[in-house]
Amino acid sequence: MFNKGLRNILLTPFLIWAGLFIFIPLIFIVWYGVTDYGGNFSLVNMGLIFKHGYLDALELSVALALISTIICLLLAYPLSLILTERQRDNTTIISLLFILPLWMNSLLSTMAWQTILESNGIINQILRLFSLPTMQMINTPGAIVLGMVYNFLPYMVLPLYISLAKIDHHILEAAQDLGANSWQTFWRVILPLSLPGAVSGITMVFIPALTTFVISALLGGGKLLLIGNIIEQEFTFQYDWHVGCALSVILMIFIVLNMLLTTAFDPLKEEEDF
Amino acid sequence: MKGCWEMKRELIHLENVAKSFGNLLVLDEIDLTIYESEFITLLGPSGCGKTTMLRIIGGFEMPDMGRVLFDGKDITNLPPNRRPINTVFQKYSLFSHMNVEENISFGPKIAGKSADYIRDKVKYALKLVNLDGYEKHDVTKLSGGQQQRIAIARAVVNEPKVLLPDEPLSALDLKLRRAMRRELVRINKETGITFIFVTHDQEEALSMSDRVVVMNQGYIQQVGTPENVYNEPENAFVADFIGDSNIIDGVMVRDKVVKIFGREYPCVDIGFPENCPVDVQIRPEDIKLAAPQEEGFNGIVTRVVFWGMSYDINVEADGFEWLVQSTTGRTVGERVSLRVAPENIQIMSKPQSEDEEVAQDV
Repeated sequence: MFNKGLRNILLTPFLIWAGLFIFIPLIFIVWYGVTDYGGNFSLVNMGLIFKHGYLDALELSVALALISTIICLLLAYPLSLILTERQRDNTTIISLLFILPLWMNSLLSTMAWQTILESNGIINQILRLFSLPTMQMINTPGAIVLGMVYNFLPYMVLPLYISLAKIDHHILEAAQDLGANSWQTFWRVILPLSLPGAVSGITMVFIPALTTFVISALLGGGKLLLIGNIIEQEFTFQYDWHVGCALSVILMIFIVLNMLLTTAFDPLKEEEDF
Repeated sequence: MKGCWEMKRELIHLENVAKSFGNLLVLDEIDLTIYESEFITLLGPSGCGKTTMLRIIGGFEMPDMGRVLFDGKDITNLPPNRRPINTVFQKYSLFSHMNVEENISFGPKIAGKSADYIRDKVKYALKLVNLDGYEKHDVTKLSGGQQQRIAIARAVVNEPKVLLPDEPLSALDLKLRRAMRRELVRINKETGITFIFVTHDQEEALSMSDRVVVMNQGYIQQVGTPENVYNEPENAFVADFIGDSNIIDGVMVRDKVVKIFGREYPCVDIGFPENCPVDVQIRPEDIKLAAPQEEGFNGIVTRVVFWGMSYDINVEADGFEWLVQSTTGRTVGERVSLRVAPENIQIMSKPQSEDEEVAQDV
């Protein structure tokens, strides 16, 4: 589309931006992560992940991020399928459904969940009204998962919806014509063809879920620490940049692993150039 | 000609089928019998309802009215996956995430056939479409013609009673299209599968079909053999749509005499009321040009186009622009006389019933 010279000119601003604000900071994080306070190479801080209950936080983070991603996937598939079916009827409803949740400040909506789930929150007040036993909802892993799903669901729906909408309706009719019922059509045709969307959706939900510290701070009540909270504490309370960076590097390894795994399962990745 | 089909077994019967999308009437009063193993073509301009009719037979659309009978059984409400009918879609609709073999074996796998059976069947289907050995090829890397063949193989492998190709050749270039026409007719004769073919290309319809169903504005205009609809069109639409035609207003003075532009001519048609207004059709290849004559029907050549095999010659006479096809050229401005043999003057009744009127005018 562009000739080479023009392309280079157009790319330059982004390259400068990426170099200054992405690549150089990344080097700093890795540098801090693998050095001690004297500036010598050391893996001591990385090794801290096995102590202090940091490992528990990492395990909990991975587990909750995984659970949230799976729940988002299970919610988003039927939702996106229904939306693609209705696509011909109304596109505004769809865009509102996707974009409206993003209008709300995520901190605000998470705080709203806090007031709903609290011991004296709305749900428990209603339960009391009917003399039913109250429930402990806030400060549980379930509350954090709820917050993650609530905040990140649009990021799963959007790529999934786009990849489902790209599937030609005639392909589904062809499957049906060849004898497949709705279930078989989904498993054999829709699912494999929408996998690229699912893959980007998984990445877009899993990464923020793994690194979040706001949701766990508000809905975990500071009792359930995720790796994100620990990194935050290292920087804001301990002022220990080396430990914070070391933990960040370990988190990055998980993110890269996630991306490698998901792209490995993407059967259509070679067809992009076609 | 109809006699030879009466021997055949009725396979599909559309009974007074009607379908609307919103306020738009796409099919009305459709009554059609399709016989076993025949190659029947639904022919008409876009929007005539031919694809909707095919989709009703395939089970992708429900008619608002009427029934679809298959082998005497009512299948109107049966979903596509439970009909012994397979469609070949316009844009092939192959599964891009599967190779050739996986595409073709999709149907038999769903049907729960054994691996050995499927392997043999895939081989047979590929042979049928002249693509032996293509099992492991990536369908997205095949040419349009090859993809089309795979789509046919994928349908034929299920041994359907009926195949519904929906304008399957429209995306192919002319040469390939000609080759595929022969292929489709061969597959029809070889397998005995009934073909209900949809096209807007009259040449395709005439050259491939046992019978042609000419449609316009949601109505069936005429059903007959290719010779039948070409030589004896029942109305001006059919005459105009199939091949080139000169269609003129005329009056049937009495049996075997028709009046055109104030002059009486002999023809062969009988049975019209006296002085009944009619549409008169004369094929361009049936008009012979000769030197102008004192008493003859004379005109002036206005345009000559050379097509390789023949010339299209426009002749203006009596204020009407006649189209003439001839193997000998003429020069523009030349005075000529036009001659037509009585048996080549085709008389058609003007649309009279209200429905036909609507069909023509809307």
